[in-house]
Amino acid sequence: MTSEPENAGPRPSQNTFLDRGDSRVTHATGIGGTIGAFFDRVRTGDLGSLPVIVGLVIIWTVFSSLNPVFLSANNLVNLLFDCSTVGVISLGIVCVLMLGEIDLSVGSMSGVGSALIGVLWVKLGVPLLLAVFGALVVGMFMGVIYSTLRTRLGMPSFVSTLAGLLALLGLQLYMLGSTGSINLPYGSSMVNFGQLMMIPGWLSYGLALLPGIGMLIMGLRTRKQRQAANLSVNSIGELVFKVTLTTIALEAIIYYLNQGRGVPWMFGLFVLLVVIMNYAYTRTQWGRSIMAVGGNAEAARRSGINVKRIYLSAFMLCSSFAALGGVLSAARLASASQQAGTGDVNLNAIAAAVIGGTSLFGGRGSAWSALLGIIVIQSIANGLTLLNLSSSLRYMITGAVLAIAVIVDSMARQSRVSHGRA
Amino acid sequence: MSDTSLNKPAQSDPILSLKGISKNFGAVSALTDIDLDIHAGEVVALVGDNGAGKSTLIKVLAGVHKPTSGTIRFKGKQISINSPSEALGLGIATVFQDLALCENLDVVANIFLGQELNPYHLDEVAMEVRAWTLLNELAAKIPSVRDVVASLSGGQRQTVAIARSLLLNPEIIMLDEPTAALGVAQTAEVLNLVERVRDKGLGVIMISHNMENVRAVSDRIVVLRLGRNNGVFTPQTSNEELVGSITGATDNAVSRRAGRLAENAATQEERI
Repeated sequence: MTSEPENAGPRPSQNTFLDRGDSRVTHATGIGGTIGAFFDRVRTGDLGSLPVIVGLVIIWTVFSSLNPVFLSANNLVNLLFDCSTVGVISLGIVCVLMLGEIDLSVGSMSGVGSALIGVLWVKLGVPLLLAVFGALVVGMFMGVIYSTLRTRLGMPSFVSTLAGLLALLGLQLYMLGSTGSINLPYGSSMVNFGQLMMIPGWLSYGLALLPGIGMLIMGLRTRKQRQAANLSVNSIGELVFKVTLTTIALEAIIYYLNQGRGVPWMFGLFVLLVVIMNYAYTRTQWGRSIMAVGGNAEAARRSGINVKRIYLSAFMLCSSFAALGGVLSAARLASASQQAGTGDVNLNAIAAAVIGGTSLFGGRGSAWSALLGIIVIQSIANGLTLLNLSSSLRYMITGAVLAIAVIVDSMARQSRVSHGRA
Repeated sequence: MSDTSLNKPAQSDPILSLKGISKNFGAVSALTDIDLDIHAGEVVALVGDNGAGKSTLIKVLAGVHKPTSGTIRFKGKQISINSPSEALGLGIATVFQDLALCENLDVVANIFLGQELNPYHLDEVAMEVRAWTLLNELAAKIPSVRDVVASLSGGQRQTVAIARSLLLNPEIIMLDEPTAALGVAQTAEVLNLVERVRDKGLGVIMISHNMENVRAVSDRIVVLRLGRNNGVFTPQTSNEELVGSITGATDNAVSRRAGRLAENAATQEERI
């Protein structure tokens, strides 16, 4: 520690780090301190991913005690397949929820996406990649419409996307025509991707090492930069602790899945998209602007952010992800049918984002909430199916879980406000 | 009231010059024919009663509202300010009365909002260092720049807002009630800061209801009343004259109160 009095400011302090000048603030140090700070945060309502992890443990305990098959490796692999399709839709929903907006048409949009694959690829013989691209373009187009209605005409997204829900459903039915469904050819790469293709064992173990290595490299680099800039740094022990814990957990999960069929490529794609979106939200100017507009749109506008463009990008991303989710579900089901994207798809996608910890009030959330939330939702659906319960009960239970998630969100929000944590 | 003689104290041309600015909100004219010149290196205090149009004028210059009519010249060139980002680009920075901070973001994110370093891979370390430098220049007492703004007090938020306005090295800085929420020491710091900014050769427009602060730092005092220019004064002008101009009458609530107090004092003396 070198002393630099001009940085320490006028405050009397022993500490010489640029950001540790104020003696009134307590700072967590070391592993014990980190754990203590975590409990402090939770107590004041900054729950993060805690409710969803607790919820997941409860759900898995209940279902595995009712039916041991639930926790079998192959059932979990199936679960991951199901998670990927709706999860991608949910990833888009996170984007608009962060702005404090909503898109109720993602279910229909995914239906249109799957219908487009059926019509373009199977019926008209358009190359697969071009057909997928077509679906994404239609998604972007819908996003442009929603954001224009929102920013130019002041139409609440709740209403415009509700109208879009009906219009897109109509479009889906129109495209599928009188037959009502188009089967995708079995044995095609598309259907294999949605039903069979697994990441090879050795590769999955290797990929599971990446997050840990990434954390370690980024952590050490940030540490060096902060030290060079005379800012306080976290202890190396803490970093190593986190890295070790993450790596062991991931490798254990991969090991267990590899006892069954393995890790689906489709799930790998979903996780890759989550990682990319997480980077965009936390490390880019665009992500910062999304958070700012969601928190206080007027403040964002006054600081020179082009709010309309932020709305445009968010709605476009949301609808495109919905279309992509539809494409994946067509691959998963090997058909594009009138049922695709109807029923509970819409609400499952929204519920997943909220359960995962993205606030309905805007300005708070993360890409990971789509991943965590969809695992909860699909676990419930999967478990109830294993118990041979009817879909009527499934809807009721999923509804109750969503209600609980929103209650936890708004209670945590009140607690955060009273503890000054926004 | 001496309008014209005081309007041009500096020898140089004004950086910012407003001519005949009007702003209507529906049937209400919030501003009517406002003229205002700001020179480099001077502090202009904008005073007036509630609803006199001070904040509206600031918002016109900040690009929040578009003026209904009138011309704005910046460094001799006629310009129109259509958005807050255009105002920032020209070098007109504003600290709004409603502080315009995002409570869900931390102090660093707020200071750099819209101006983040390295847009595709945010340089958090450099931004944090710059944030601390700005805050230390203001002798700010911010516990941690990684706390969300929601956890800060009113005065701390004010300091963050001021620090943010200085980020882009502006030519003109407009402060809407900069000391309203501040303690004694922080007020003094902000006034020091205003002087420091002026000495750097920037133009400063400051709105305040606190006549003591206004006299302490301003070179000219511009009075608005009911959306119109109502005189330009020096800091040496007497309080009665200023208050008279602000309220529009020599017989006003303030003078009546002063008269009553004087009377009371006189009768008390008689009793003794």
